[in-house]
Amino acid sequence: MSQTMTGTGTGTGAEIGGGRGRAYWAVADCLNLVRRTLTHYRRKPVNILWQLGFPIVSVLLYGYVFGGAMKPPGGGGASDYRDFLMPGMFVMTMAFGFMNTALAVVTDASKGVTDRFRSMPMAPSAVVSGRWLTDLLVASAELAILALTALAMGWRPDGGLAGGAAGFALLLLLRSCLIWVGAWLGLLVPTPEAAGGLYAVAFPVTMVSSVFVAPSTMPGWLAAVAAWNPISSTAAAVRELFGNPVGSDGSWVQENAILMAVVWPLAITAVFLPLAVRRFRRLSR
Amino acid sequence: MGEWAVRAEGLEKRYGEKAALDGFDLAVRSGTVHGLLGPNGAGKTTAVRILATLRRLDGGRAEVAGVDVARDPARVRALVGLTGQYAAVDEVLTGRQNLEMFGRLFHLGGKRARRRAAELLERFSLTEAADQGVEGYSGGMRRRLDLAASMILAPRVLFLDEPTTGLDPRGRGEVWEAVRALVADGTTVLLTTQYLEEADRLASRVTVIDRGRAIADDTPEALKGRVGGDRIEVVAVDAADLPAVAKAVARVCEGEPRTEEGERRVHAPVSDRVAALTEVARTLQDEGIAAEDIGLRRPSLDDVFLRLTGEVATV
Repeated sequence: MSQTMTGTGTGTGAEIGGGRGRAYWAVADCLNLVRRTLTHYRRKPVNILWQLGFPIVSVLLYGYVFGGAMKPPGGGGASDYRDFLMPGMFVMTMAFGFMNTALAVVTDASKGVTDRFRSMPMAPSAVVSGRWLTDLLVASAELAILALTALAMGWRPDGGLAGGAAGFALLLLLRSCLIWVGAWLGLLVPTPEAAGGLYAVAFPVTMVSSVFVAPSTMPGWLAAVAAWNPISSTAAAVRELFGNPVGSDGSWVQENAILMAVVWPLAITAVFLPLAVRRFRRLSR
Repeated sequence: MGEWAVRAEGLEKRYGEKAALDGFDLAVRSGTVHGLLGPNGAGKTTAVRILATLRRLDGGRAEVAGVDVARDPARVRALVGLTGQYAAVDEVLTGRQNLEMFGRLFHLGGKRARRRAAELLERFSLTEAADQGVEGYSGGMRRRLDLAASMILAPRVLFLDEPTTGLDPRGRGEVWEAVRALVADGTTVLLTTQYLEEADRLASRVTVIDRGRAIADDTPEALKGRVGGDRIEVVAVDAADLPAVAKAVARVCEGEPRTEEGERRVHAPVSDRVAALTEVARTLQDEGIAAEDIGLRRPSLDDVFLRLTGEVATV
């Protein structure tokens, strides 16, 4: 081979990697993929605002436009409703996050980027773990921005530092389990355009919950569905931890919200992590 | 790596009932461009994806750069590059950021990845656009960046799956030039294409695939020879001259000249190309017959392709 090919000592194959073990490269490759998405945001900072646009507009709409007409559980005015609403908005942002995961996964798959990764001698696990870590980091940033917005609008958490930390941990736990749902869906749908249709499912699933109103205000059967919605468990748990009005309907699932806010995400992970990994492996069939 | 960069014997791959590959054989000599030609759905992409370890094979065996793809896929991945039908690059990142990211993922380390990226950008004439987002690149630029990304480790074998599909003639020319430069540096290229012109220009040997099997394997020249040799062709200005033209052609050709009345065209196979052309031109001039066009036609790979796949279809 000529000088241009080998000039930098870019040898082929085996000598690359410097003799480091598999575990090292599994972590290094994962971090490289995280870095990739963070570079996306650095190149297009406006993207993170687009992602936050929906929850922020919702906060304003429900907080100020409908807020006056909404009755917070336990009584009170519009400002009490905002205290009820804000943790719900955090939950909704986490819940809708699966769309971002699905979109990122299907974009890479349909553009051939996933195949390029698979044809390279990098750690195969990194494609999956990189997505997970990236989405959790982005979700943390989203939560921070949203919490500051909420504070500016007069939201007052009252659960102390430990409660606050536990609340945010539960929110990220919900986001984490939905990463696997999003990855699975992203490998299931054919194009990024088709992934947009997932909103039609995501919207009602998020609304039939305690995010905006207490389930007890809904018709009986719908109230039961809303109360058992995993999103409601996280919403109720986070409200409890933040010291905001909870609006429990007194049912078992709502009274044990913190427990269920851990159980539900673990159960969802137990189902969808294997499904997503299987779907990823099926790419080589 | 030895004489053969790729050896595949009896490759089989099925999707449900349908056999995508049905005993496919392939041998690619090191340091050459080998064309893999076939209609849509013939199994070209499946074959390439198996050889690049993206899909598992159901039967047969394949070695790439001397390594068995089923037994040691990780090692094969370190020795090959793949450029698929889409430019598999990150749209948001710049050209440079793309190559540096892929370099780090090839485990070059940050410093070497940066150096290699600069080198490849230069080599593929992308230095000027290096720090612009890929979104703004033309089709040809994207494909060149994609090629550059496949070249980061200086692979011994490069798989190019329809590298110019969807490109305009200029973009196609840019990619061809890049491929020629790679081969000059010693890389072996397996090129799938639907454009016979592309295989004709780049490949020193061509395998024709149809319904998951190799139905021909030869040099482009020899394949064309199978369809028949050169033909002389005369288009008359006036249809009334056609019998006279046919008579002139008959004096130099082998066999009967054929006359297409509607196109005012007479054509016939010839062996001594130049002598036949000169002789016919002189006769026409002597007899005062006006010709709109006179020339020699070599069979194209399209002719070969239609003949070969047509034959198989009718068996």
